Amino acid sequence: MSTSENRQNTRAARNAWLLSTPALVILTLAATGPLMIMFVYSFLTPGKYGNVEWQFSTDAWRGILFTRDIFDNTLKLADAHLTIFWRSVKLSILTTIFTFIVGFPTAWFIAMRPPASRALWLFLITIPFWTNLLIRTFAINQIIRNEGLLNTVLIKAGLIETPINIIYTDTAVFIGMTYVYLPLMVLPLFAAIDRFDLRLLEAGYDLYASRWQVLRRIILPIVRPGIVAGSILVFIPSLGAYVTPRILGGGRQMMIGNFIDLQFGQGRNWPLGASLSVLLLVIVALTLLVYVRVTAPEKTDG
Amino acid sequence: MANKAFSVSRLPGFSTMALLVFAALYLPILMLVLYSFNSGKSVAVWEGFTLDWYARAWANQQVKEVTVRSLVIASCASVVATVAATMAALGTTRRKAFKGQTFIYVMINQPLMVPEIVTAVALLIFFASIKVATGYQGLGYLIAAHSAFCIPFAYLPIRARLEGMDLTLETAAADLYASPWQTFRRVTLPLLAPGMIAGLMLAFVTSLDDVVITVFVKSAGQDTLPTYMLGQIRRQVTSEVNAISTVLLVLTVVLLTAFFFLTRKKD
Repeated sequence: MSTSENRQNTRAARNAWLLSTPALVILTLAATGPLMIMFVYSFLTPGKYGNVEWQFSTDAWRGILFTRDIFDNTLKLADAHLTIFWRSVKLSILTTIFTFIVGFPTAWFIAMRPPASRALWLFLITIPFWTNLLIRTFAINQIIRNEGLLNTVLIKAGLIETPINIIYTDTAVFIGMTYVYLPLMVLPLFAAIDRFDLRLLEAGYDLYASRWQVLRRIILPIVRPGIVAGSILVFIPSLGAYVTPRILGGGRQMMIGNFIDLQFGQGRNWPLGASLSVLLLVIVALTLLVYVRVTAPEKTDG
Repeated sequence: MANKAFSVSRLPGFSTMALLVFAALYLPILMLVLYSFNSGKSVAVWEGFTLDWYARAWANQQVKEVTVRSLVIASCASVVATVAATMAALGTTRRKAFKGQTFIYVMINQPLMVPEIVTAVALLIFFASIKVATGYQGLGYLIAAHSAFCIPFAYLPIRARLEGMDLTLETAAADLYASPWQTFRRVTLPLLAPGMIAGLMLAFVTSLDDVVITVFVKSAGQDTLPTYMLGQIRRQVTSEVNAISTVLLVLTVVLLTAFFFLTRKKD
């Protein structure tokens, strides 16, 4: 009995692997494998016209934080790099917080609709989610640029005389990222609130809790997995954002993604680009690890 | 329930905020669509209705070229991804835990976790050396890259469908002396079809929308529709882009609506 069962199990496992092979091969060739090669490249020397020379060097890793002075060859802290990292982290955190502040009421609103219209409201969140990110960024660009709708309306209303310059600033990137990543916050929040048992609220109110106490002491703790999931889903793409800062931040307000891009263009420093990419990947991996840690105890409860 | 004065689910200001959020989400998109019909070049001052921008985009040889390229890549990549994802889903779903299961899951979902810019750079590095070694410069690189990141998008709906499927039908087929292949061909596959079509559509849309990976992987003269649009936006030449965006928007809504009907659970 047990040997035949064992044999069946091994055969099932073999079938699972055989059937997964095509997907695994494609992913190894065009996703995971190249990531490993990139790691190797971060320890090489930049070539004169881009690409690399196969000579071991840790310069690319040192280059993340330091630059070599061209005159006396000493290492100095690279202020420009730090500015870019700080901007990326700051804008990503701000985007995550702000999408939560406006996304939570939205998710709550959708979850409390009667079943018939709930699907429609949810669909209204899903459409922007699946609409090309480039198009959505472009749509925001048209609203906030100097000759855009916002400034035109404000000038016509006589509130301002010259356009407010938002485009190509950090504010523009923040507005854009909040706009494009908002559905990523609302959807997991909705999923968490949707499972929420409303009788808990009744119990809370019966025990003379105020609305604020109910929100703080009952709702938020219970939907926490949704909050964590939404925050991760917004924070990670924000940190690696490329299209939005490129369109709304212009050339100067770079984020890490654009800075990496620069190393493969004008910068001609592929190893630095590779080391920056590995660094970004490590930050994302750590964030995901925190996510697993934070949500794991919830699973054993339910 | 009739007591409107106090509803437990109501939180002050939440509905107002939610409606404002919906307005803020849709206003920019609606403006973009509206101004694709504006006869002037402004994106804020209405000067009259025209279909001129659509006509110009339609007549633009370059737009035609990049659209066809986008469609070719999206078709190839979504079909490859769907076939690979279907096989993987059949392999990994509806069985006991086996050795390496987590590894396969992590591999399949990897494109969802790694930032696009990182994958894009890694592919640039890898393909650059292959391009030098083989001399091949064709669309193959883009199709391979798109196939890879489309796999998780195809996998998820197919897996969901498989998990919701009734096992007894397959057992019944086997009881009636159907061979494993016949069971698969006549029972499993037809039941799985809606999930596969949903997966194919998600993969197609994902490929069609991609900007970052395409920018880094493409060789010279291999612009797709999104990378072409990115170039135009940076040059501030935008009325034609409004028209193209509107068309893509309509396409997305149509595909999404179809997707919802396909994956809707029947009660």
